Amino acid sequence: MQESKWRILIRPLIDDNPLTLQILGICSALAVTTSLDTALLMSFVVVCVLALGSGSVSLIRNHLPHSVRIIVQITIIASLVIVVDQVLQAYAFELSKRLSVFVGLIITNCIVLGRAEGYAMHNGFVASVLDGIGNGLGYSLILILVGAIREFFGKGSLLNVQILVPTSQGGAFEPLHLMLLPPSAFFIIGGIIWYIRRKRPQQVEKPEFTLRQLRQESE
Amino acid sequence: MSDTVSKDNTLRALGVALAVAFVCALLVSVVAVSLRPVHRANIEAERIAQLELVLAALSDIGRAQTIDSLEARLVDLETGAFDDSTDPTAFDADRAASKPATSVAIPAELDLAGLKRRALLAQVYLVRGSGNAIDLIILPVSGRGYQSTLRAWLVLDGDARTVRALKFYQHGETPGVGARIEEPEWEAQWRDLSAYDDDGVLRIGVRSHGAGYSDDAQYQVDGISGATRTAQGVDGMLRFWLGDFGFEPFLQRIREDRL
Repeated sequence: MQESKWRILIRPLIDDNPLTLQILGICSALAVTTSLDTALLMSFVVVCVLALGSGSVSLIRNHLPHSVRIIVQITIIASLVIVVDQVLQAYAFELSKRLSVFVGLIITNCIVLGRAEGYAMHNGFVASVLDGIGNGLGYSLILILVGAIREFFGKGSLLNVQILVPTSQGGAFEPLHLMLLPPSAFFIIGGIIWYIRRKRPQQVEKPEFTLRQLRQESE
Repeated sequence: MSDTVSKDNTLRALGVALAVAFVCALLVSVVAVSLRPVHRANIEAERIAQLELVLAALSDIGRAQTIDSLEARLVDLETGAFDDSTDPTAFDADRAASKPATSVAIPAELDLAGLKRRALLAQVYLVRGSGNAIDLIILPVSGRGYQSTLRAWLVLDGDARTVRALKFYQHGETPGVGARIEEPEWEAQWRDLSAYDDDGVLRIGVRSHGAGYSDDAQYQVDGISGATRTAQGVDGMLRFWLGDFGFEPFLQRIREDRL
C-alpha cells in the first residue's frame, strides 16, 4: 500500500504533474518564464518552499485542530516565502528585482497549499518532504522548459548567452517578440499538456457532459 | 459533554495558532534583521552602479569626474531650493513617489511623462568648477516608454540651458528597437543641445517621423525608426522634467544665481 520513497519523488514529474495534470500555479508560470535564469531561480524557490512547508505541516499535523488548519498552513507558508524573499534580496539582488512580486505570490500558489492540505496533513515527515520536493521539481520541469523555449525564440539566447545573432546586429535571426509576451506561455504550456496527454491517454479527463447531437431539422 | 469538547477544541486551536504565529514571527524577524546590512549594501551598490554610468558619460564628453567629486543634494521641486533636512544619499525616490505624504499627484494635462505622481523632493548631483561655480548639473529623469519606465540621467551645463548628455540607466524597451536609446550613436545626439530658444521657451524633444523641418529642429534629436512610442516617451519625459512641474524652478534659481 505504501508508495516507495522514490515513487513519491518522481510521480509528480510527469504522471501527476501539478502544472500539466492539476493545472495549478499557471499564473506564476506565465510571468517568470520570459527567460531561463528567472525560471531557474523561481523553480529553486518553489522547491525550497514546498519541501519546507510540507515538512513543517507534516510535523505538527497531529496537533493541528481541524478548524484552524488552513490558516496555520498559510501562516507557515507565508513566513517561509518572506524568509526566502529576504534571502534572495540579499544574495540575488538583480534577479530578485526581475522576479518582483512573483516571489511573494508563491504564498497564493495553489501547489504549495494544495500539497500541505492534500498530502502533508495525512503523511509522515519524510514522505511529505519528498512529496514537496517532487511537486516542486514537477513545476520546475515545466517552468524551465517554457523558460528555455521563450528565451531561445524570443531573444535568441539561453541564460543570457547569445546563441543566434539577431537581425538588428547583422545576423539572420528574427526574434519572435510574441515569445516575450504572456500569451506565448499559454500556447507552450497548452502544447506540452497536449503532448503529455497524447502519450499518456489515461490523463485525459472524461468530458463532464457531451454535446447534444444536432438534430436533422435544425439545419 | 459536547460543551467541554468544543471548549477544549477552541482553547487548543488558539494555543496552536498562537504557537505557530510566534515561531513564524520569530523566524521572519531574525532573518529580516540579520540580513538588513546586506540589503543596505545592495541598494548602495546599485546607486553607485547608476552613478558609474553617468561618470562614464561625463568622461565621454571630456569632463571626467570621480564619484567623490559629485555633490549630492536634495531639491524641493516646487520651490527649487535645496532641502538639507535629510541625507541625500539615503533618499529613495521610488519609495517617496509611491507614498502620499512625500509625493504629489501630477495634473493630467502636465503629465507628459505618464508618471501620475512625483516625489516632492529629487536627488540631484552637482559638479563644481573653479570658484565653487556650478559646472555641471546631473538630474534624474524618468517617464513611460513603450512598455517600461525609462530612467536616465540628464546632464546639463552650469548655465542650466544646454544639454550635455542623456544617459539611460534603466529601461525595458524592445531589444534592437526601443532599446537603441542606450546605443552610443543615439546618445551622442544629446551632446551640446540647447534645450531652450533665445526667448527661454522649452523646445527640446525628439523629432517624430513625417514632421518635416520645423523651427524646433535645432533643439531636437532624431527619433528611432520602429520605436515611435519609445521616442515619444523620451520626448515627454524631458519636456516634463524640464518643465514647470519638474526641475524648472530649480534651474531658474541656478540661472539667477539664487541658490
